[in-house]
Amino acid sequence: MKARTRIRLLLSYIVLIILAICVCYPALWTVMSSFKEGNALFSDTIIPKKLTFDHYKDLFTLGERTNRDIPYFTWYGNTLIVATWSMILGTLIQLLTAYAFSRFRFSGRKSLLSTVLVLGMFPGFMSLIAIYIFLIQLNLLDTHMALILVYSAGAALGLFVAKGFFDTIPRSLEEAARIDGADHFTIFWRVILPLSRPIITFISLTTFTGAWVDFIFARLILRSRDKWTLAVGLYDLVNSYNSTEFTLFAAGAVLVAIPITILFSFTQRFLVDGLTAGASKG
Amino acid sequence: MNRHATTAGWLSVLSMGLGQFYNRQYIKGLLFLLFHAIGLSFILIKLRTHLIGMITLGDQGQHLEKVGRIYKNVEGDHSIFMLIFGVLSSLVVVVYLFVYYLNIRDAVLTGRMRNKGHEPVPFSKSMYNVATNSFPWLLLAVPILGVVFFTIMPIIFTSLVAFTNYSSPNHIPPKNLVDWVGFQTFIDLFTLNVWSNTFFGVLTWTLIWAFLATITCYFGGILVALLINQPGVRLKGMWRTIYIIPYAIPQFVSLLVFRNMLNEKFGPINQYFRYFGLEGLPWLNDPFWAKVSVIVVNMWIGIPVSMVLVLGMLTTIPKDLYEAAEIDGASPWMRFRNITMPYILFATAPILITQFAGNINSFNVIFLLTGGRPVSADYNNAGATDLLVTWLYKLTLDLNNYNVAGALGILIFLIIASLSIVSFTRTKSFKEEDMIQ
Repeated sequence: MKARTRIRLLLSYIVLIILAICVCYPALWTVMSSFKEGNALFSDTIIPKKLTFDHYKDLFTLGERTNRDIPYFTWYGNTLIVATWSMILGTLIQLLTAYAFSRFRFSGRKSLLSTVLVLGMFPGFMSLIAIYIFLIQLNLLDTHMALILVYSAGAALGLFVAKGFFDTIPRSLEEAARIDGADHFTIFWRVILPLSRPIITFISLTTFTGAWVDFIFARLILRSRDKWTLAVGLYDLVNSYNSTEFTLFAAGAVLVAIPITILFSFTQRFLVDGLTAGASKG
Repeated sequence: MNRHATTAGWLSVLSMGLGQFYNRQYIKGLLFLLFHAIGLSFILIKLRTHLIGMITLGDQGQHLEKVGRIYKNVEGDHSIFMLIFGVLSSLVVVVYLFVYYLNIRDAVLTGRMRNKGHEPVPFSKSMYNVATNSFPWLLLAVPILGVVFFTIMPIIFTSLVAFTNYSSPNHIPPKNLVDWVGFQTFIDLFTLNVWSNTFFGVLTWTLIWAFLATITCYFGGILVALLINQPGVRLKGMWRTIYIIPYAIPQFVSLLVFRNMLNEKFGPINQYFRYFGLEGLPWLNDPFWAKVSVIVVNMWIGIPVSMVLVLGMLTTIPKDLYEAAEIDGASPWMRFRNITMPYILFATAPILITQFAGNINSFNVIFLLTGGRPVSADYNNAGATDLLVTWLYKLTLDLNNYNVAGALGILIFLIIASLSIVSFTRTKSFKEEDMIQ
């Protein structure tokens, strides 16, 4: 019996280690490639023979290598602008929506909630065509404002996690405040908001990340090269230079991933709530 | 005796506000009447042309006209503008009708109160009611506007486009007009060889993909979670953190990295193959291997998610179940088979359906990894790994076949909606069942 347990554990550890290698390898390989000399995808060893920071320097010095047009610095700035504004507007919208649905029982509430669920079933691509045509006609195509509007407007539909959070705040708190003469606005501002710091953090991080990594709408709306965000830029880098500028791409990818990976470690504890929210709120 | 309710109701049907007058709520009645007058005249005077325009979609496109002795290019009707304004106008009409409905309801409700012998509510009191009850609506005003303009309007518009011939090269305004064609686009999609071959091919692969992607990630996640959760395995926290790494990296970055790793000539994967004296595989260039690649890469991305879910689920299994089983002499395997496994499966089954639905729409994995390639000769601008959504994207952006794209969108919605209905009813039954107690 004991020997069997030992073999089982040994096998488990072997599988766990193999899996860990599979998981880490792509990330490790990218980081290593970004320090590698030259620009080729091909390399003999995973740890480069000679380390160099040239690729990182290349990304931020414009015009030195004139054969390419990779305004990485501009892209980074664009992405920051779009993500920050979407975060501010999106968080506000999502917070208000979730609060209204969680704390008030008004007529039309049920039907609005089911509307949100039905709208969630339409592929984002349905609106894609129309938004594209609308923006062409409104001359808003190729502006960051259009992108920010699209991201923030969609934020209301992701209200379920925040609503779940507000549902757990006891009603007695509000009632006590109301007896003391607080109106709706005071209650929201003085009672609810201070209590909901964790959910505000969560929403702002997810909306920020969402805008930071989105590729679909960014590629649709942003047309000229110096308006692009990082997702579109890096895609183009891989697509048009194929594998000839791989080390540069690797450096770019590392710089994109770092902030998101750090932000992610803050949101981790909300992860399960977020994942199950859509499924269990029937 | 419901004389008052009936009379007030019918009067309000006749014209907004009349029922309120009958109920002696003069100020309210006046407001409704005013809204009625303004709304109706606005619709009849301003919106009529747009509403008619939505039906005709224009009579004449850009054309040459003889002015004096020379022909001049004259701007014609722009069908798509007409459609957009038509949709907007219809929304206004819907709002108007909704207020009309509220007006009738209000008249009937007040009438009923009067039947019971109560006095109608004075205006100041109903204003107060509105003020306190409308706070949630005040909060929701901006979000609703955003959703109406960026989600609902686009969906309506796209659905309508599916029933027109708005498509490159012959029907692109302002040069040409767009016309309503009914179900023709759908019929073409199903029967015309140019479209149906691609459609059914892509649809089949989409379903196969969604099924395989869901199953592999789901069971992979369960396996990894159970592996970590075994009694005797140390450093559980460390393993969990390692396996969550893929989830923390932005998807587009990891997908583009994989695209390079799987490169047939220079990619490290094939390099290792050659190192062991093997040929290496055409990972992204052969239809079959490209399909294998997308599924495997999707596992790398998707397993962490289901692992986190299952790990969370495992902590919620009541401990006394295991204790009771142990007292009854159940072996570890029996405990696993009869407690752990059923618990996980029941708790996560609804998520399985949502994940399946999500995978049908998983645009990123396909578009960033293979771009739908390798290109297939039998297909109309689609490749072997294209899903319905990536094909839709190409049809919109590259080919401007908006009507086919719209039709595809509707079909995808129908698939997802039917799945979601199954999922919701099942979730509810799970809640009521209390199956493990």
